[in-house]
Amino acid sequence: MKRETLKINGKPHTVDVDPDTPLLYILRDDLGMNNPRFGCGLGQCGACTVLLNGVATRSCILPVSRAAGKEITTLEGIGTPEKPHVVQTAFIKEQAAQCGYCLNGWVLTAKALLDKKPNPTDAEIREATESLVCRCGSHNMMFAAIHRAAEMKRSA
Amino acid sequence: MFFRSSSRRDFFKQTGGLAIAFSLVDATIVPRVFGAVEAGKVSLPDPTRLDAWLHIEKDGMVSFYTGKVEIGTGLQTAFQQIVAEELDISPLKVNLVQGDTALTPDQGGTGGSTSIAIGSRPVRNASATARLLLVKMASQKLGVPADQLDVKDGVVIAKADASKSITYAALVGGADLNDTLKVTGAGLSNTAEGAGKPKDPSTYKVVGTSFPRVDIPAKIFGQYKWVTDVRVPGMVHGRVVRPAIVGANFVSVDETAVKQIPGFIQTVVKGNFVGVVAQTEWGAVRAAKELKVTWSDTGTPLPDDLYKHMRTVTPKSTRGAAAKGDVAAAMAKATKKIEASYEYPFHSHATMGPGCSVADYQASGVTTIWSGTQKPHALVKGLAGVINQPLDRVRVIWVQDAGSYGRPGHDDTAADALMLSQAVGKPVRVQWNRADMTTWGAKGPAVAFDMTAAIDANGAVSAVQFSSHAFSGAEVSYTPDSAGNFLGAQLAGVKNTTGVDEFINWGDLSPQYAIANIASESHIVPPLSLGGSPLRTTHLRDPQGPSATFAVESFMDELAAATDSDPVDFRLKYLAEPRAQAVIKAAAEKAGWDRRPSPKRAQPSADVSTGRGIAFGNRGGTRVAIVAEVSVNHKSGAVKVTKMTCAHDCGLIVNPDGLRGMISGNLVQGTSRAIKEEVTFDRTKVTSTDWVSYPIVRSSDVPALDIVLLNHPEAPSTGAGEPSIRPIAAAINNAIFDAAGVRLRQVPFTPARVKAALANKA
Repeated sequence: MKRETLKINGKPHTVDVDPDTPLLYILRDDLGMNNPRFGCGLGQCGACTVLLNGVATRSCILPVSRAAGKEITTLEGIGTPEKPHVVQTAFIKEQAAQCGYCLNGWVLTAKALLDKKPNPTDAEIREATESLVCRCGSHNMMFAAIHRAAEMKRSA
Repeated sequence: MFFRSSSRRDFFKQTGGLAIAFSLVDATIVPRVFGAVEAGKVSLPDPTRLDAWLHIEKDGMVSFYTGKVEIGTGLQTAFQQIVAEELDISPLKVNLVQGDTALTPDQGGTGGSTSIAIGSRPVRNASATARLLLVKMASQKLGVPADQLDVKDGVVIAKADASKSITYAALVGGADLNDTLKVTGAGLSNTAEGAGKPKDPSTYKVVGTSFPRVDIPAKIFGQYKWVTDVRVPGMVHGRVVRPAIVGANFVSVDETAVKQIPGFIQTVVKGNFVGVVAQTEWGAVRAAKELKVTWSDTGTPLPDDLYKHMRTVTPKSTRGAAAKGDVAAAMAKATKKIEASYEYPFHSHATMGPGCSVADYQASGVTTIWSGTQKPHALVKGLAGVINQPLDRVRVIWVQDAGSYGRPGHDDTAADALMLSQAVGKPVRVQWNRADMTTWGAKGPAVAFDMTAAIDANGAVSAVQFSSHAFSGAEVSYTPDSAGNFLGAQLAGVKNTTGVDEFINWGDLSPQYAIANIASESHIVPPLSLGGSPLRTTHLRDPQGPSATFAVESFMDELAAATDSDPVDFRLKYLAEPRAQAVIKAAAEKAGWDRRPSPKRAQPSADVSTGRGIAFGNRGGTRVAIVAEVSVNHKSGAVKVTKMTCAHDCGLIVNPDGLRGMISGNLVQGTSRAIKEEVTFDRTKVTSTDWVSYPIVRSSDVPALDIVLLNHPEAPSTGAGEPSIRPIAAAINNAIFDAAGVRLRQVPFTPARVKAALANKA
């Protein structure tokens, strides 16, 4: 067991863990942060996404020791109903979900994309989300939401 | 009786504050904290009582109790709209309690695209009956005749004098609504009727509008509680370990390695069911990976040529459709005969989350299971069988899991968690890993079709001979109402008695074209393995609809081509029904249909060709026509579905945007099943284990969509969860034929198959 301090959504959290444990299980089970979700445990679907220093990262295959010292951001860390992130507002406006289990990965990946590329083309949006799974097939609504978020950012 | 007791009202007294604090949180998760059982038993709500369905709270919120559940289709929002419409309140004033067997009436669960079509009837009727009763009470209180009262936003107001008014909450807040309903039908067709007559659809203000999905904000902000997030005191974590090859038996286990894992609790073995339990989730994940299990090396061999096996093995059962006309005579007179075979593979539900449940086994008292099942009330029966307890000792609380699309692994995880909880005497959470879902989840069945059609001297289709060889669509029943239904229990030696034969004859799940002479025979092939097979079948979204329609609608396209007919004209010629004609015409018009026979001659280049195809389907009265546009790369064999236009008529539309979202999802998932998906296996095991070996569509594969909704407020709603997935494979296949002049015979339309077909043509 090793003591690690994780900086999550701007706040430090100290946990005693097996340093090989994937970050996902620490966030969910030790810290009760449910939004990184288990989808495959293989880094193939994106349900477990967190932002690590702003980069969309698969927490299911990331040993917790490699997240220590970095800025970890989870879905609840980017906005709230009172102060929503523009991507969250756009996803709600576009009603971009069926079951919604994939949203964690899509919303965070969209945020990371727009932070880097404020005016993505349709092809760039598809490329940025290619590694995400949405089994319900809500892709078109989510593409529209990402375009809308970009527009909202431009006019803000 | 349970509802005469104080527990339910106490629950709302106690949770009044919580319900506000957690207003964005799924309410169904709250009851567990307080319990809603009496004297160690669950009493089912009595659906003949109005208060079993509906309760007016002191704060004016209306709690509505339904046995239906949200699986991502927008049901929760639609139901809240329906309750709101009848009661003249805002949909946001409705607290919809779903799928808790101690609190909600049994409506047969969710399924068959029936929740709006049938499941909404008692919702509408109970709400209308409550309104009638409330207005009557207000009439007495205000001294105004009922017919001179109006309701606005939960306030009953005298039409002539707005100063005379009283709120629903003031009338009854917190007390039961004392009235009765007449209940008829069971399972999915259950309904209840009371004295209140629902509104005339032409007066609707809320139903028929695109009210935003009530569950989406909580999901976007990360406040929604999924079944994966259920944690109960003392809960530990379990994982399962499945046989190494199909049909293998457990021999022995070596725990040396796993005993070193911090927090490891124990290994549980029951027959061929093997599970591990640990204090932490990661500990359980590791233990499942590191446990050394020895399995027998002789299993049940799987066929190396699936479709040949299906066509040659002695069928388990055969059922023909009633013969129509004289096929032999028509065939003898034919000027042209067209023969065709089509094959459709096993498909996986491949839910995004692989399935998760929490079970809290109690040897005496009530055992509680939190599950994302579509059928909570049936699941009580199945799980009671697993632990050999009476039904009133088991409570299932539905909490949403990822996706669903029929009967994925969600119910099986409930049994796994329960078996482990019983073994360790603690609440156990089990989440499957990816392979538990993709490899071991029950499958949509493979089907092989063989057809012959006769074309007469006038160029008309005079006869069709149809034959299908299929695994039943329900070797494992969609209704998990006995122990043998569950994979874990099957592996532990419980026999599956829940299966039924589901036959596919001409016109059963495909359009009913007016052809004079038809002969049809459907053969059910025996399961590939018994006692916990990864290739056991069950219901997957629109069971056998996509496969049957792939075959029949591709075949109709062949017949259109053989008679040099435009595919739209050809279909219209054999389908007289006006609403069927209307969707076909609407889809063709919206897509800018290029009216001519297929294939298309003028192509932009020799390497890439483009084309369009149409297919039609009717599922339970919902008519769908889809025009697919594709490009085919002749070098790589890749098929790109560029656009899909869908015309959809499901009668009365409750929520147009919700419906559009539902159809969009179907179109993309249907494209995925048509171009990407196939469960693969070798002689001993299923080799589809994850998203790489069972690929589905990704962003770059997703077509542009254009959806045309044909609303019929005068006609009952007929369901939308499944119908639009039905014609997709055929529409794409017909577009490939139009583009490349080759007809694919097998789903999925992989580059290898396209290249082989092109090579064959050349």
